[in-house]
Amino acid sequence: MKFHMTVAAIALAALMPPGEAAALRESGDPLASARWGEMQKAFLAGAPVLFDPRVKVVAPSTAENPMQVPVTVDATALGKVVEVLVFADFNPILQVLRFFPEAAPAYLGFRVKLQQSTPVRAAVRTADGVWHVGGIWVNTVGGGCTAPTGTAASKDWQQRLNMVSGRQWTEGPNVGRVRLRIEHPMDTGLIAGTPAFHLEEIEFRDAGGQRLMRLQTYEPVSENPVFTLNRGAVDGPLEASGRDNNGNVFKARIAP
Amino acid sequence: MKALLGIVLGSVAVLAVAADYDYRLQAERVAEGVYAFVGKTEDFTPANGGNIVNTGFIVAPGGIVVIDSGPALRYGEQMRRAIVAVSGRPLALLINTHHHPDHFLGNQAYAGLPIAALPATQQGIAAEGNAFAENLFRLTGDWMKGTEVVAPNKTLAGGVAEVAGRRLRLIGLDGHTGADLAIFDEASGVLFAGDLVFNGRAPTTPHADIAHWLAALDQLEAITREAGFTALVPGHGAVARDAAPIRQTRAWLRWLQAAMRQAAREGLDMNEVLARPLPAEFAELPVAASEYRRSVGHLFPAAEQEALGGPK
Repeated sequence: MKFHMTVAAIALAALMPPGEAAALRESGDPLASARWGEMQKAFLAGAPVLFDPRVKVVAPSTAENPMQVPVTVDATALGKVVEVLVFADFNPILQVLRFFPEAAPAYLGFRVKLQQSTPVRAAVRTADGVWHVGGIWVNTVGGGCTAPTGTAASKDWQQRLNMVSGRQWTEGPNVGRVRLRIEHPMDTGLIAGTPAFHLEEIEFRDAGGQRLMRLQTYEPVSENPVFTLNRGAVDGPLEASGRDNNGNVFKARIAP
Repeated sequence: MKALLGIVLGSVAVLAVAADYDYRLQAERVAEGVYAFVGKTEDFTPANGGNIVNTGFIVAPGGIVVIDSGPALRYGEQMRRAIVAVSGRPLALLINTHHHPDHFLGNQAYAGLPIAALPATQQGIAAEGNAFAENLFRLTGDWMKGTEVVAPNKTLAGGVAEVAGRRLRLIGLDGHTGADLAIFDEASGVLFAGDLVFNGRAPTTPHADIAHWLAALDQLEAITREAGFTALVPGHGAVARDAAPIRQTRAWLRWLQAAMRQAAREGLDMNEVLARPLPAEFAELPVAASEYRRSVGHLFPAAEQEALGGPK
């Protein structure tokens, strides 16, 4: 064996089911991407990295619509998580988003634009400074980042900019779930004559003002972003607020 | 060893079939003077070359009326030869039922002929034709060699028309796309339904408006109740003598619409909707699983927006 596991990794493995422990490794990208080395250098430089099957990234193996590829990141099996970084190795803009689960579980659903077939990865930082990495290959015909948005074709989008619709589920199989949609073109800047114009910061607070999650979004997040969060127990309304890179702000209250 | 040799020879035979780019089109007689070329109930593959579609023709007194031209130049050329083998009459007109590529990319083989379509179909082919053609090159490969988009050069209006000496009811509908033409040949009682009707294959929905589509199916079903009705040629799947394929298409669309709404109301994320199993009723339907996945992408966002309600 060329690489030896660190003491931390061995200790971790001892706590995991045998199947998952066997998949835990510190080197040798399980997705065999030629770009992994560069990704690690760009985003995780200097920090310990573990490929960890407890970081679940769900996406269709073949994306029908490269402008709206659904991705779900679930790192709740890791326990307390500080930060989650989502990136796509072969996208012209690599970073998709970062989220910081504070009082909310480390779970987020969203959609991305993909320009070509690529791994979509989540790197999850725990309090000990270790990045736990999971991911999945998504095959797509491409064009997701350089195709004009639907917004570009509509006349009245400026009136609807940053409008939020959303709902909390207080019963049924998805109790504790929050879903919201924000009207925004999320222009990548990769189309001639259309500068990058996208949401940058979003945060969610509960009725008492406690922050549930903070989110940094980049160009590859799909037009009119839709987010799915699991709040756990619903306790009153949720406040979503944020701003885009042109300084347009929004604030919305989503009642249970 | 014998078995192994059989497998090897079998593979060689398969390769040989694929390499001659022959769609092996056989005109199926639907009624006196009315024929259909019935494609496979599959997805586009390099093996089938895109022959997953139905086309047809009517031998009218004033010449032959061709309905749709298939997925490629080669298909159009082979179809034209197969038509000539059935009837020596001149070709009078080609009609494109809607703007999906498997129905019009053979137009090139009919250059010089009037090619007619509803206005929105003409516009759709002009606007999206090249992107569709590129996609079919990717999906089927060299079967598409030499194929270029030829847009319809004649605008059709709905209504009863005397075409090449035959009374055709041209029924302008929508729902599968923004403009779907059905053609009822009053002399034979054959209804060409285009892609408003699928038979034994899950419907495709990239440009669908389900409510409009369901309304169109009601109109088509009314025609099948007329005394003169004899046969229905769907856009995909076998020719039928009754309205069963209309009911099957309707059942799929209703289920799909209800499933999207329910999933959105329950708060599911798109990946969870994709992971849902098909109901037993549709589990055996060809390409149901792949069409369901595509349809989630096409239809779930609108259902979701409805469930999330207005601005907060």
